[in-house]
Amino acid sequence: MSRQLRSVLCEHPNRHGDSRVLESVPIGVRTQGDSVSGTGHALLLDRGNLKRRNRVNRVVEVVSTIAALLAVAVLLIVVGSVVSKGVGALSIHFLTTPAGLFGDTSGGISNAIVGTAVIVGLAALMAIPVGLLVAIFTSEFASERVAHPVRFVLDLLNGVPTIVTGIFIYGLIVVPQGRQSGYAGAVALAIVMLPIVARTAQEVLALVPGTLKEAAYALGIARWRTLLRVTLPTAAGGLLTGALLAVARVAGETAPLILVCSIFGQGVLTEPSEALSSIPVFIFQSSESPSPEAHTQAWAAALILIAFVLVLNVVARAFYARSRKRMGA
Amino acid sequence: MDSRHSTQSPAMTEPNPEPQAQAPQRGPAISIAGSSASRPLRKSRDVGNVALKDLNAYYGSNHAVRGVSLDFDADRVTAIIGPSGCGKSTMVRCVNRMHEEISSARASGQVLLDGLDLYDAAIDVVAVRRAVGMVFQKPNPFPTMSVIDNVTAGLRLTGASRGELEDRGREALVGAGLWDEVKDRLKAPGAGLSGGQQQRLCIARALAVEPEVLLMDEPCSALDPVATLKIEELIGELKQRVTVVIVTHNMQQAARVADTTVFMLSGELVEVGPTDKMFTNPDDDRTEQYVTGKFG
Repeated sequence: MSRQLRSVLCEHPNRHGDSRVLESVPIGVRTQGDSVSGTGHALLLDRGNLKRRNRVNRVVEVVSTIAALLAVAVLLIVVGSVVSKGVGALSIHFLTTPAGLFGDTSGGISNAIVGTAVIVGLAALMAIPVGLLVAIFTSEFASERVAHPVRFVLDLLNGVPTIVTGIFIYGLIVVPQGRQSGYAGAVALAIVMLPIVARTAQEVLALVPGTLKEAAYALGIARWRTLLRVTLPTAAGGLLTGALLAVARVAGETAPLILVCSIFGQGVLTEPSEALSSIPVFIFQSSESPSPEAHTQAWAAALILIAFVLVLNVVARAFYARSRKRMGA
Repeated sequence: MDSRHSTQSPAMTEPNPEPQAQAPQRGPAISIAGSSASRPLRKSRDVGNVALKDLNAYYGSNHAVRGVSLDFDADRVTAIIGPSGCGKSTMVRCVNRMHEEISSARASGQVLLDGLDLYDAAIDVVAVRRAVGMVFQKPNPFPTMSVIDNVTAGLRLTGASRGELEDRGREALVGAGLWDEVKDRLKAPGAGLSGGQQQRLCIARALAVEPEVLLMDEPCSALDPVATLKIEELIGELKQRVTVVIVTHNMQQAARVADTTVFMLSGELVEVGPTDKMFTNPDDDRTEQYVTGKFG
């Protein structure tokens, strides 16, 4: 076997006194006084703890594979159980009729769908422009000394429990106004969205090749025009991805809405100065009900929500893939 | 800067009555007689002469360009050769002030374009870059723009009127030898062209804003030999309308395209002279060693 190897690592104990030097020496080449090939064979034939290392390697591989399978299985089980329990209550009637009075399960979720659309739409209108501007500031204008703490703060904000955001908005908007409102819900969701939009936009802007900006600067194009006409269009797909993921993330957000936007009137409401229904709050309230029909309705609403979020994620990823291709990543 | 632009454009198409001797000749490269006399007479331009005076450039504490004084003369192609990391790219990036785009980078000394210091506080960096264009190592067309939009990007994004865009875009594509290949797909994405076409697209884009100087930073290093040949032929035509400075790793390329060759080593200017002399009988031993492939 050693014939095939051109060189081995071997030690020259006498070369530099006490210090041991590792270097590559061709097999069969003898330098003065050293029996190089002998040392080399010894190293090659000594298998040491190789067996044990192979075993550890195998164990880590198996354990991590199981973990990955588990993660996929969790999603499949969740989706599967939601579909199996909710699909029975799903109908055109369910989607197009507003919820009935408390305890009346003959209605549907049209008011919740419209309410979620209004609240999440308003939240997106607030969070996406601000999030993009924050990302533009940190990646295009701020020095690293400033950008780093801003990124850190965004990560912290992303980690704030949404119930805390809800209490904050409750104290800030609901208490002074004396009532819940769609606006309060939208502001709470916007706070949840902001760090997601900003962080993904930062990552995407960082992917835009510096050579493109260089090309623009070298043409005498001003910084802000380069940003608007070169950097942002190049990154557009990725920026859209971040926005869609943020929307998908808050569409199912429940905790802040229960606090600031959960006591609403009958029928399909669209005026955000009043409290509006929403799909997550409908799921929560129906699941709290003692009636089994209400539970089935909760499952059906969950199915609608999860389908919306999954579709949004898939679309977002498709945009991202296209954008990465464009940026040569 | 604008007034010089307006006086310059006719000189590109009509023969200039002024004799070439009027052009300022400061550097050692040009004072060596023989080479210019043996060449066929060309139209001479009296704009686009660049002079570096004691130029130093740094990246943080790294002294990348050390006290270089050098002239790039109009209607000549100057090639800059030297081993990797010798400061050739950094030096040319100082000419259009792209060097300062890198954080922690700074430069000192003077870069004169027709006697005007480009580092003067009164001069806007955007104006510098319109007068001194640049082509980069890797073709970098804007991926979201069509062929024609790429070419006119510099014009559109610096506020040219819509009417002149098309004409000047076509002119630039003709000038870059790309018109015949792309005239039927001007609206197609610029990134869809071949590598060599993309690079000529980038040259056209740089030419469209009618610079006086065109810096080319290893423009062929990402291209195959055929595409390289096309660009080299193009460089020969370009020197009639713009001062060309080309950084190259490829000594044969320098020998093929350049009138004047500059050899740099460790940030210092070692020797500058007519290309024939630099490759056959250089004055400096280090130049001789480099051009004969003894190091680098």
